[in-house]
Amino acid sequence: MNNYSERDLIIIGGGPAGLAAAISAYDTFKAAGIETPSILVLERDKVLGGILNQCIHNGFGLHTFKEELTGPEYAGRFIDRLKERNIEYLLETMVMDITKDREVTAMNRKQGMFTIKAKAIVLAMGCRERSRGALNIPGYRPAGIYSAGTAQRLVNIEGFMPGREVVILGSGDIGLIMARRMTLEGAKVKVVAELMPYSGGLKRNIVQCLNDFDIPLKLSHTVVDIKGKERVESVTIAQVDDKLKPIPGTEEEYTCDTLLLSCGLIPENELSNGAGIGMNPVTNGPKVNESMETDVPGIFACGNVLHVHDLVDYVSEEAGNAGAHAAMYCLNGDKAAAGDIINVTTANGVRYTVPTVIRPDMMGDALTIRFRVGNVYKNCYVDVFFDDERIIHRKRPVVAPGEMESVVIKKEMLEGKKIKELNIRLDLNEG
Amino acid sequence: MSEKINLTCIGCPLGCSIEVIKNGDEIESITGYTCKRGHDYAQTEVLAPVRTVTSTVRVKGGVNPVVAVKTRDPIPKSKIADCMKEIYDITVDAPVAIGDVLCNNIADTGVELVASANDQEL
Ligand SMILES: Cc1cc2nc3c(=O)[nH]c(=O)nc-3n(C[C@H](O)[C@H](O)[C@H](O)COP(=O)(O)OP(=O)(O)OC[C@H]3O[C@@H](n4cnc5c(N)ncnc54)[C@H](O)[C@@H]3O)c2cc1C
Ligand code: SF4
Repeated sequence: MNNYSERDLIIIGGGPAGLAAAISAYDTFKAAGIETPSILVLERDKVLGGILNQCIHNGFGLHTFKEELTGPEYAGRFIDRLKERNIEYLLETMVMDITKDREVTAMNRKQGMFTIKAKAIVLAMGCRERSRGALNIPGYRPAGIYSAGTAQRLVNIEGFMPGREVVILGSGDIGLIMARRMTLEGAKVKVVAELMPYSGGLKRNIVQCLNDFDIPLKLSHTVVDIKGKERVESVTIAQVDDKLKPIPGTEEEYTCDTLLLSCGLIPENELSNGAGIGMNPVTNGPKVNESMETDVPGIFACGNVLHVHDLVDYVSEEAGNAGAHAAMYCLNGDKAAAGDIINVTTANGVRYTVPTVIRPDMMGDALTIRFRVGNVYKNCYVDVFFDDERIIHRKRPVVAPGEMESVVIKKEMLEGKKIKELNIRLDLNEG
Repeated sequence: MSEKINLTCIGCPLGCSIEVIKNGDEIESITGYTCKRGHDYAQTEVLAPVRTVTSTVRVKGGVNPVVAVKTRDPIPKSKIADCMKEIYDITVDAPVAIGDVLCNNIADTGVELVASANDQEL
């Protein structure tokens, strides 16, 4: 098909989310008797697979494949499935704009600028790293300062080592993984400084990326000075108080040629904003219902564009759900618009949920609600309230901001009830 | 002579601090774990810790200058440095596909080094 004017379903982004959405949409169309599903994946990079291509460490797919794969291997399995199904995709094609009426404007070298009309759209654009400007680090801006993700790309894809003596600010997973990676390549990682009193990274990464190589992790520390005119020559870090203000007299200077910033990720939502999609200010991603549909009918979202995930298995699962519902939308239209609506709200330590709205008529037998907590809590309970009635009371030895939590709501729990609000909160009393 | 080893369990987010007292190859005591997983983890970590090594090797004639590799199975932790030394010296010709064996016996561990990404010919 070389005519790019119309498709049933357009998927924006060919990372793990876009791939899983495309595959499950295809299978849904097929199950409904559609001979050749009309699906198009648009990816701006020159290969499919998204961020996984640069994540060459292992630890992907434990849930999905019951084995530990590296990022490119995990992506490879989904790319194979996409190709087996002959699902159409365009590479090096950047989506520039989408509208509420589901018109997608994209650009590439071959077709130039073109606009395609879709019955449904799945947003799967992933996320980007928080920029240094937003972090407010004082001092010069010499060469040798990289985001951890940029360094990862340089080392693992371009085969270029950005430096030999490294300080890392932020203990997110990418920073931890890069601490190990650069050490293995012969660099000296002197310290990882983390502003918060806990690490945002997975425990496993702290043990296997830092402890294995005796790299110190300094919690409640931040960078207060960067020295060097042309290139970084040293970085000074200091302890912070409980208001996150540096404590005078605690400064320590580390000579180094490289500073990596691993300060978190934010969903990539310029396109969503352009289409007037309602956003959740906590996740910086769209608000979605049980079908992963945004508040613009026919536009769905999944993966890191929706909320930042640390496990790709959950991305694939969520995206599969989004793809299936997007295909259903193409087949049936917006049937359930008039049914009951339950708002999902949070309290007491729970920062956000995905989804934020449930239409019981549209949910399957069970729905996974994912959420994150705002702090580390030990010996607490995860509580789910249907209006004023407590339905779930589940003990958790520990919950932490770095690890996504979930509860499963079964359809039978909702049956015969007129619920307005489903509230998820922590009960800390016994902790 | 007994020695004391402190570990953090990676079995779950609780991250129990586990203390192991070891005498040669004999474990005298394991304390601080909350569940059996922590006990077993501490045992392997102390007696025979293993890791999967992931890195890159140079590619000649490929789209990218390097391609990702991994040890097919985990290797003893003590062999990581030797393994990396051998990896530095490997160069492969494009095309490379996931699963291609690049070395049969990396660092004398009996484990294969395989490509974990694809690279096409330029
Ligand atoms: C550095 C790092 C390390 C990680 N480590 C692990 C781990 O060890 N284990 C694990 O399970 N998970 C890990 N994760 C998490 C997991 O890999 C990610 O959550 C997952 O890759 C997100 O998938 P995605 O498809 O939403 O986003 P991405 O992989 O980012 O894919 C988004 C795609 O959309 C494309 N795109 C964006 N905008 C446009 C546009 N306008 N037009 C066209 N295309 C566009 C991008 O080019 C990209 O290919 C890690 C994540 C990161 C960032
Ligand atoms: S010992 Fe058990 S409870 Fe403690 S961290 Fe390990 S797996 Fe979790």
